[in-house]
Amino acid sequence: MVAKTLGSLRRPRKLNRSFTVSFILFLFLAAFGAFMALPLVYAVNNAFKPLDELFIFPPQFFVNNPTTDNFYDLVALMGNSWVPLSRYITNTLFITITGTVGHILLASAAAYPLAKYRFMGSKMLFSIVVMSLMFSGHVTAIPNYMVMSWLGWINTHASIIIPSLAFPLGLFLMKQFMEQIPDALLEAAKIDGANEYRIYWSVVMPNVKPAWLTLMILQFPMLWGSDGGNFIYSENLKTLHYALGQITAGGIARAGVGAAVALLLMIVPITLFIISQSNVIQTMATSGMKE
Amino acid sequence: MQTETTSQVLTSLIHPKKQSRLSYIWKELKRNKHYYVLMSPYMLIFFLFTVIPVILSIVLSFTYFNMLEFPRFVGWQNYSRLFLGDDVFMIALRNTFMFAVISGPVSYFACFLFAWIINELSPKIRAFMTLVFYAPSISGNVFFIWLIVFSGDRYGYLNGFLIKYGFILDPIQWLTNEKYILTIIIIVQLWLSLGTSFLAFIAGLQTIDKSLIEAGAIDGIRNRWQELWFITLPSMRPQLMFGAVMQITASFAVADISIALAGFPSVNYAGHTIVTHLMDYGTIRYEMGYASAIATVLFCIMLGANKLTQNLLRKVGE
Repeated sequence: MVAKTLGSLRRPRKLNRSFTVSFILFLFLAAFGAFMALPLVYAVNNAFKPLDELFIFPPQFFVNNPTTDNFYDLVALMGNSWVPLSRYITNTLFITITGTVGHILLASAAAYPLAKYRFMGSKMLFSIVVMSLMFSGHVTAIPNYMVMSWLGWINTHASIIIPSLAFPLGLFLMKQFMEQIPDALLEAAKIDGANEYRIYWSVVMPNVKPAWLTLMILQFPMLWGSDGGNFIYSENLKTLHYALGQITAGGIARAGVGAAVALLLMIVPITLFIISQSNVIQTMATSGMKE
Repeated sequence: MQTETTSQVLTSLIHPKKQSRLSYIWKELKRNKHYYVLMSPYMLIFFLFTVIPVILSIVLSFTYFNMLEFPRFVGWQNYSRLFLGDDVFMIALRNTFMFAVISGPVSYFACFLFAWIINELSPKIRAFMTLVFYAPSISGNVFFIWLIVFSGDRYGYLNGFLIKYGFILDPIQWLTNEKYILTIIIIVQLWLSLGTSFLAFIAGLQTIDKSLIEAGAIDGIRNRWQELWFITLPSMRPQLMFGAVMQITASFAVADISIALAGFPSVNYAGHTIVTHLMDYGTIRYEMGYASAIATVLFCIMLGANKLTQNLLRKVGE
């Protein structure tokens, strides 16, 4: 009798659902999953459609005769233009990689003391960072421009890269994640004679790899999709997203090429997320805000 | 004499204390100097591009400033003009609140609901569904696809579909008709809104202590709703707070989607928001003082909404 009760207690208990409820939930998830996924599937299909399929009536969702013509056209089109496509890609890559790597380095350097030590101003600085999560960048757009022009950074890549290095969400997530590093580990390193910088670099950083990837997945799409905003006006400094705008402004004749660029813009962040998903979820588990 | 000694004692007490306090601060700073050095690059940039601009924006909102002349102090004039004399701002304010009140809570609950359902699937399917729901928010500016869906001619998917099945005879101008603009922007905004907070919720659900659920079962929790309210939600309250901040801030900042779908300015300002109003005065009319007043109002609204929601969320599961 007792054994039986214990057995029923020990069994991993899961509250069961009736078949109908499960079925309704399945339908619900499938319907919304389709709502989320179809535009992206459509974007992928579009990039491989020949011109006649792009303009067929009534419009077709899936591609019938997939072709890579659009990508060749894209290369040909941009090869003939004043600024070659490779230039836009290089610019975007440069901005994205420097911005992302720099952000991870600076945010983790700032997060380590905030997560592990109490010192004068540490609480205040962190609460300012949390507060800045509560308003968007639009609030500071105008003074930002003034600061930029005062620094002489207008029309340089620095105007996009440098502000993105101090993106507050990155510091917040990094700090929350670092809090779970055991203090014993840091003390052991200290006893072994490591200084703070050494501890940061060789003890803390290798332990927060999931958080690196999370910061990357948040920062990367932002910079990858950046169109240069109000800061960049020289054609040779502009980004891929800006080029997409110009191509699609070409209208109907450029529809295929536009679809190809859209795929190019979209596929990179999504691939990165697929690679890093489990790490990102691990970091997000510590993302909570304390009251 | 008594007083003399007392005052002497007092000064001798106060004076060294003052000194020791300063030296204490100095010592503290010196002792922790490595931490300040580690934080300095980030904090320098953060203050330069976030904190100082906020302060500057508040200061500028009390001036007349056109980027050429030195700012001239005008007191509350910008604010009185904003709230009493600017009809378009009132439209922007109404639209922004419409977006925020609908897309904010809906996206928040959607994030949680989908995370909750997805959490019960097997790991492989869970990873796939997470990708499906999260992908739109990182796929950059692919929301232009919706331009094709809502296109005003017969090639638009929605028009094509409705005409094919006989719901309408002539194509509807979805994006230039005031009646539809707001709804369409909200739909697209919702499509894009399962972002960081969605991931935070999934992570939060996966890390809930299993023993809590078992203990709850012994304590008489009978169905999933009770489990949700008494165990799941309270244990992930920190994530709920974090998610709320992300969703609220995003829902008040709608602008890019409105501009991409409905144009700038949109027909009769039907898709006009506080942010597009800010862009109008900041980047087109160059009335920087007035634009700063708009930015300050936006700042107060966002901060206020966040604080209010946090107070509400503290009551979850109580």
